[in-house]
Amino acid sequence: MQLVYFAWVRERIGTGSEPYDGPAQTVAELVAELRAREPRYDLVFSDLTSLRVAVDQELVDFDAPLSNAQEVAFFPPMTGG
Amino acid sequence: MKILVQTAPFDVGHETNAFTDTHKNVGAVVTFTGIVRDDDCGSLDAMEIEHYPAMTHKAITQHAQSAQDRWNLADVMVIHRYGKLVPGDVIMMVATAARHRTDAFQAAEFLMDYLKSRAPFWKKEWIDGHPRWVEAKQLDEDALARWD
Repeated sequence: MQLVYFAWVRERIGTGSEPYDGPAQTVAELVAELRAREPRYDLVFSDLTSLRVAVDQELVDFDAPLSNAQEVAFFPPMTGG
Repeated sequence: MKILVQTAPFDVGHETNAFTDTHKNVGAVVTFTGIVRDDDCGSLDAMEIEHYPAMTHKAITQHAQSAQDRWNLADVMVIHRYGKLVPGDVIMMVATAARHRTDAFQAAEFLMDYLKSRAPFWKKEWIDGHPRWVEAKQLDEDALARWD
């Protein structure tokens, strides 16, 4: 599975994408695992209300399952238009 | 349906005419054009727009399809740029074609509300040489909620 980051999430984590090969079954479990990794992750994921998540390019809630997901994206609320 | 996500500038007049010309039996074409605005009177150097390439086209297409499901439309067009833009540059445009104006107006507004807060774009302003990510506004979420 690939993790991808955009906007300030990408800047604060310091990379646009990285592979993930862990046990997380849901987005929430993945977030908990990332937060335990390093302070930069902990900081980015400290307030989930300021983040959005997409699993395989579909916006989902943080309790969404990761079954067979190929790509999980984390980013701030979008500012298009 | 025409959805373009590109760095290149485009001519709104040309796009509008081409879109209108392909639909001889519509009574209404509504277009919206988004332009880089300098709120701080000359201090905005640039606006950088980042997007999520694998998701952007798909998300816009989904929203355009829901507009078509919801209103009686002949066609929808969305062009959205990314990359580095300067004040006055056209960022994006939406066009809707319908038999009647109400469908065209409402669908264009609906699409704009969705593009603002559900299409994966992020704006970064450069003001006096300093970067700042543009924050999403509650106003935009409220605008979206009225279509529920």
